[in-house]
Amino acid sequence: MKKINYSILALLGLVMVFTSCNDSGKKSSNGALASNNAEKVYVAPGEQDEFYAFMSGGYSGNLTVYGLPSGRMFKEIPVFSQFPTSGYGYSEETKPMLNTSFGFVPWDDSHHPDISQTNGELDGRWIFINGNNTPRIARISLSTFETEEIIELPNSAGNHSSSFITENTEYVVAGTRFSVPVPQRDMPINEYKGNFKGALSFVSVDPEDGRLDLKFQIMMPGFNYDLSHPGRGKSHGWFFFTTYNTEEANSLLEVNASQNDKDFIAAINWKKIEEYVNNGGGTKMPANYAHNVYSDETHTATSTMEKEVLTVDPTKVPGAVYFLPTPKSPHGCDVDPTGNYIIGNGKLSADLTVHSFDKMLAAIDGKKFDGEAYGIPILKFDDVLAGTVKSGGLGPLHTEFDGKGNAYTTFFISSEVVKWKLGTWEVIDRKPTYYSVGHLMIPGGNSAKPFGKYVVAMNKITKDRYLPTGPELEHSAQLYDITGDKMELIYDFPTHGEPHYAAGIPAEILAPKSQKIYKLAENKHPMATLGVNDARVERKGNEVHVYMAMIRSHFTPDNIEGIKVGDKVYFHITNHEQDFDVPHGFAMIGANNSELLIMPGQTKSLVWEPKEVGVWPFYCTDFCSALHQEMQGYVRVSPANSNIDLSWSLGE
Amino acid sequence: MKKASVLMIIGPLLLLGLYFFPLWNIMLGAPQYPEPLGMNIHITGIQGVSEFDLQNIDGLNHYIGMKVIPKPEDMWEFTVFPYVIGGMVALGVIIGIFGLMHKVSYKWFLGWFILMSILGILGMYDFNAWLLDYGSNLDPHAIIKVVNPDGTPMTYKPPLLGYQKMLNFDVTSLPHTGAYMMFIGMMLTVVAFFVGKKAIKPKTPLS
Repeated sequence: MKKINYSILALLGLVMVFTSCNDSGKKSSNGALASNNAEKVYVAPGEQDEFYAFMSGGYSGNLTVYGLPSGRMFKEIPVFSQFPTSGYGYSEETKPMLNTSFGFVPWDDSHHPDISQTNGELDGRWIFINGNNTPRIARISLSTFETEEIIELPNSAGNHSSSFITENTEYVVAGTRFSVPVPQRDMPINEYKGNFKGALSFVSVDPEDGRLDLKFQIMMPGFNYDLSHPGRGKSHGWFFFTTYNTEEANSLLEVNASQNDKDFIAAINWKKIEEYVNNGGGTKMPANYAHNVYSDETHTATSTMEKEVLTVDPTKVPGAVYFLPTPKSPHGCDVDPTGNYIIGNGKLSADLTVHSFDKMLAAIDGKKFDGEAYGIPILKFDDVLAGTVKSGGLGPLHTEFDGKGNAYTTFFISSEVVKWKLGTWEVIDRKPTYYSVGHLMIPGGNSAKPFGKYVVAMNKITKDRYLPTGPELEHSAQLYDITGDKMELIYDFPTHGEPHYAAGIPAEILAPKSQKIYKLAENKHPMATLGVNDARVERKGNEVHVYMAMIRSHFTPDNIEGIKVGDKVYFHITNHEQDFDVPHGFAMIGANNSELLIMPGQTKSLVWEPKEVGVWPFYCTDFCSALHQEMQGYVRVSPANSNIDLSWSLGE
Repeated sequence: MKKASVLMIIGPLLLLGLYFFPLWNIMLGAPQYPEPLGMNIHITGIQGVSEFDLQNIDGLNHYIGMKVIPKPEDMWEFTVFPYVIGGMVALGVIIGIFGLMHKVSYKWFLGWFILMSILGILGMYDFNAWLLDYGSNLDPHAIIKVVNPDGTPMTYKPPLLGYQKMLNFDVTSLPHTGAYMMFIGMMLTVVAFFVGKKAIKPKTPLS
């Protein structure tokens, strides 16, 4: 305890030192070059940004799309959270997307987006993101910018060292932050040590359609698996995970999980485990997890409960898993573009630890072990260490790369980004962030081919950066130009939710393939109304199905009678527009869910349970046309015992 | 006469381009349509420049009460024009071949050109009449009725040739590849006439 108290004091001291350093930095950043910086981020009206930036929504559960360098937000893509704006998670078609083994979970905490790669370079087919709270991985199409698939991860909890992809998108990898009993069972919490397991999940991605499949789970010792990144180039086939709480504490972790001077980076040779599994290795165990798939042809999601998972005991696969001692509860685990350097960002330290992949292989070959943990060999720290970055900062969290031999690391406690050189480990530059930066992002900055023009720092504390909006604020991000030797702060913008990690990609890769409409002729929704003559209302007991079409500027039908109190009315609405950016909305008075925002050629369904007799209006919520205000209709609701026949009409 | 006759065969054959390329093109741009909507007028019917352009033009036109863009079966022209063009190509080629065989004089070449020009002018007249009807024969129950400053109802006849501002739309109407090929082909027959005439001339003093 004494030692801890001493180091906390030391931390506080350093915080003060660097706070004053930051102040002097701040002055110089507002200097005479400010107008030049304005030009760098100015995207003139009608012009478009150079990069897409996909920022995780954190506790919004979603993914937001920004442009760089302008910092303008283009879209919020609903992923793990209900989104009344579009009806995601409220419409009959999308409710299955949020199904889990715990039932319908309308929210999550999304952290780490990663864009699909081919040969280690961004290919822009899909983006993946993890749900942290109820462990899930989502795949989002980068042509429709909609969530297409969500797979739940059994045996996992706090799905944090996720979702990072391998060099050719063979796998999207997800590690558990919290270790848990596997299988879950009723047991005393304080029997954690030695009994809990940490599952590292390898979810395969079909190269054609991107379909996810939980191929195997490695059941690791009960540590906390914090972050991860794939090997690339020479280290392709390996995956690296930072760990903390190797103490296996189950209470007051802030103290009890900070006792060991070194935790581990777990190096996993997944190719070896894949081979083992392909040859029939591993143990199938019963499980229960949801696999939800959305089709943009039927515009409908299905949810399937999977009942089995293949688990691998790492000690049964010799040479597959090693521990690399890494100081001070490392957080970020980042691999440089060449694949040789593995950076452990020891968050309670001032220094960065850089391991060498080459040295790691040599140490493994020489069998130079420093004991083992639960049967997993521990390599000697000095044998794998490539170098230490004496940063002078405090609380390193994450590192990205510019592809020119430089690395950029965020320091949470000293609130700065530090630029340093790979190989010489010398610090080249440092710039303050506002305030307490978490992740940073360079487009492609964690791939074999970064686009090293900008770095975005995503901060945890906003305070006075923007006009105050009461106690609750959006987060702040800063944009730095990194084309010169020194970083230059050129812009500052608020971000939605709590972005953790982000992924950037040049606009020229994505923009040309962004879909404009859904073709009505390809709409395979079973409830679609493909021609206005098919518009109708049908009763099945107390269920009423309204098959409705919409086009500027009317609904077909727009007068419906014969609905009764106690009915469950399903509106199945098809947008007949085939013109870019002409969605229509649908809102029904008193509906207990949300609106629907229906894209051209798309069908969505909303349930409405009328509770009162009367004539109730519905209308289009998207100002679609000059006659938008006329785009409305009425439903007559009669008493439960009335015998008014169903009827519907338009323009009569 | 041989050179002239060959030109007389090639010229009408260029009209075959009308079966493959649009005769005319009308583009409609607006603030809401930075990528303009467009229609290509072929001798066999009207097609959208992009997949859904016709549907979207019809969708917009319903506000001002214009009829939907005709389908090929709605206008006799789209059935008859292909035969007329085919007939004129055949006739021109036959005249050219007869020219090669010295069975007809070069004057027939000009004759074909004059006939084709008359048909062309009639075609343009007919096209313009359709544009006029399409743009001014409006549904009396139209949603949006705009009147000119003099109180007469605004009509929406697209220009036969050139640019015109119509409400929020910038309309440009120009000949397309098929028309240019037809124009070149017809000019070749005129050249054939003069080449044929020149080839005859030196012989006259001797005769």
